[in-house]
Amino acid sequence: MFKFLFDRDTWQEVFDSLSKNKLRSALTMVGVWWGILLLIGLLGSARGLENSFNRLFGDFATNSVFFMGSTTSMPFKGFQEGRRVQLKIPDIKKVEENVEGIEFVVPRNMNLGTVNRNLLSGTFNVFGDFPTLDEVQKKKLIHGRFINQNDIDNRKKVAVISKNIYEQLFEKDEQAVGTRIEINNISYMVIGLFDVGNVNFGPSEDVHIPFTTFQQVYNQGDKIGFMMITGKPEYDITQIQKDTELILKNLNNVHPEDTRGFRSFNLGKEFGKITGFLTGMQFLTWFVGIATLIAGVFAIGNILLITVKERTKEIGVRRALGATPFEIKRQIVVEAVFLTLVAGILGIITGGWILILLDHFFGQGDDAAIVNASVSIGVVFIALIILVILGSLIGLIPAFKATSIKPIEALREE
Amino acid sequence: MLKINQLHKSYPIGDSSLHVLKGIDLTVDEGEMVAIMGSSGSGKSTLLNIIGMLDEADEGEYILDGLPIKNLTEKKAAVYRNKFLGFIFQSFNLINYKTALENVALPLYYQGMKRKERLEKALFHLEKVGLANWSHHLPKELSGGQKQRVAIARALAANPKLLLADEPTGALDTKTSYDIMAFIQQLNDEGKTILMVTHEEDIANMCKRIVRLRDGVIMEDKKVEQVRAEQYV
Ligand SMILES: Nc1ncnc2c1ncn2[C@@H]1O[C@H](COP(=O)(O)OP(=O)(O)O)[C@@H](O)[C@H]1O
Ligand SMILES: [Mg+2]
Repeated sequence: MFKFLFDRDTWQEVFDSLSKNKLRSALTMVGVWWGILLLIGLLGSARGLENSFNRLFGDFATNSVFFMGSTTSMPFKGFQEGRRVQLKIPDIKKVEENVEGIEFVVPRNMNLGTVNRNLLSGTFNVFGDFPTLDEVQKKKLIHGRFINQNDIDNRKKVAVISKNIYEQLFEKDEQAVGTRIEINNISYMVIGLFDVGNVNFGPSEDVHIPFTTFQQVYNQGDKIGFMMITGKPEYDITQIQKDTELILKNLNNVHPEDTRGFRSFNLGKEFGKITGFLTGMQFLTWFVGIATLIAGVFAIGNILLITVKERTKEIGVRRALGATPFEIKRQIVVEAVFLTLVAGILGIITGGWILILLDHFFGQGDDAAIVNASVSIGVVFIALIILVILGSLIGLIPAFKATSIKPIEALREE
Repeated sequence: MLKINQLHKSYPIGDSSLHVLKGIDLTVDEGEMVAIMGSSGSGKSTLLNIIGMLDEADEGEYILDGLPIKNLTEKKAAVYRNKFLGFIFQSFNLINYKTALENVALPLYYQGMKRKERLEKALFHLEKVGLANWSHHLPKELSGGQKQRVAIARALAANPKLLLADEPTGALDTKTSYDIMAFIQQLNDEGKTILMVTHEEDIANMCKRIVRLRDGVIMEDKKVEQVRAEQYV
């Protein structure tokens, strides 16, 4: 049955008729080639963008929300408007106990500090933190470790510093962990060095010291600068945000309708927007890609139709010489499949080049816009197979047309 | 060789129809060389095409080499065309992107012959028509007479029993026409049965029998003294 596929003559015939009609063959191939190219280019870039977002936000727990105290805008329970609201340690327990779906509540404090080392100094943001911060917002440690429970319990004078500080206060290649720095004239032992992430919400994080140490050194009592709340994956972070806000207002005597008493920032919502955008883009990519492929296939069909019309007389001659309708159809279909296959493979190759170029120009470095732009081979081959099947089905239409008439009618055609 | 009985053919033209062949009776024996004559539009080509199985009659009987030709599948018809019949057309009908050699080899391709054997055989036939040196030329590089000779070589390639020619000299000048006729006569001398449509008296007289059509019937059917074409070449 498929013996003819291994017959040199079959291919000679296909090659002859394709190379004779160079323009037509070229146009057909461009249609398919462009379709596959676009599909690969779009899918690859979409994937690359997605990867880049994932890399940027990968360090954050995406279902989190920040809270900090602010100034009221409504009088309530005898308090004047314009009062500063201060979050306190007991608030945390209340939130943890009363809001459903909470995974962590991480309190934080922040202050500006002058950091000295030998003769070098600079002003940086100093944070008082719990070890749980690392769960909410993964620190990229280059050396050493993050704050642990022991540091908290013993109010240790230890600091985890950013690469940024390191570069300003240390010599190149100098070992930072184990050395001492001074923050506002108090000496701390450096226990870790971290790389800053690509994305930062809020002020840049330069130094982390234990929360308890911060309390003591800056005389904070049980005040909290702000808190980060992470929801369990199966809970809606927006609902958690609402519930938390209500409880905090209640605890701090803020009018339930007051929109200003607390400031909060819903990381989950921001992520949602981005993920939604990515999903939309992926959908669009598929839509455009598939539409282009279909257009490509129709281009083939159309061109084959024109060709068959052009070649009606030739087909008549062949039939007068003894070609059976099956042989004629078979040849036209082999031509169609061959064209689509070759064009498709060229499309895959050039698509690959495009992705390599994208990677070369936009994919280098830590803050690349497109990370590892790629498409799965499976998707590409399925697209190719669909294309070839559609191509051959569409090729059959003119083939049937060409053999449904009497040979003499074909011969009379001019 | 072939026997035709009360053959009718009409073409639909709008609502009415044009009755072109109105009961043709014709018998051709092996080795004959018959000219079909008649004025333009008299149905010569129609008759030849039906004989060549390129077209079908509406009514009547047609027996080719003992085989009744009626309601054949297109596949069977293709096989008979390939085995029994060789066609020579006025407009040559060579495939323009194939060389002379490939054109001649085409019927053999549809016979399923191996490429090497096919090309050898095609070259042999090209030699016979004196075009061995032109085997790798495309039709557009050949003169009219050369093209018709390639077409004759192609018609002969599959060694058919019956050669059908529709005005084979219609597109050629007189000298080339006689050239081609000399060659066709030679084929007939070798035993091929030949049926040829023409409207030129001198060409018809180079056959051995003339059948005249008029108003859809055979008006005259007579044997003639064959004029040899060589003497004019
Ligand atoms: N496919 C067709 N449809 C309609 N009329 C046709 C068709 N083919 C031929 N005819 C008509 O039939 C008549 C005979 O045609 P044809 O056999 O080609 O004549 P000849 O070859 O003798 O010149 C002509 O009048 C021609 O116009
Ligand atoms: Mg005619």
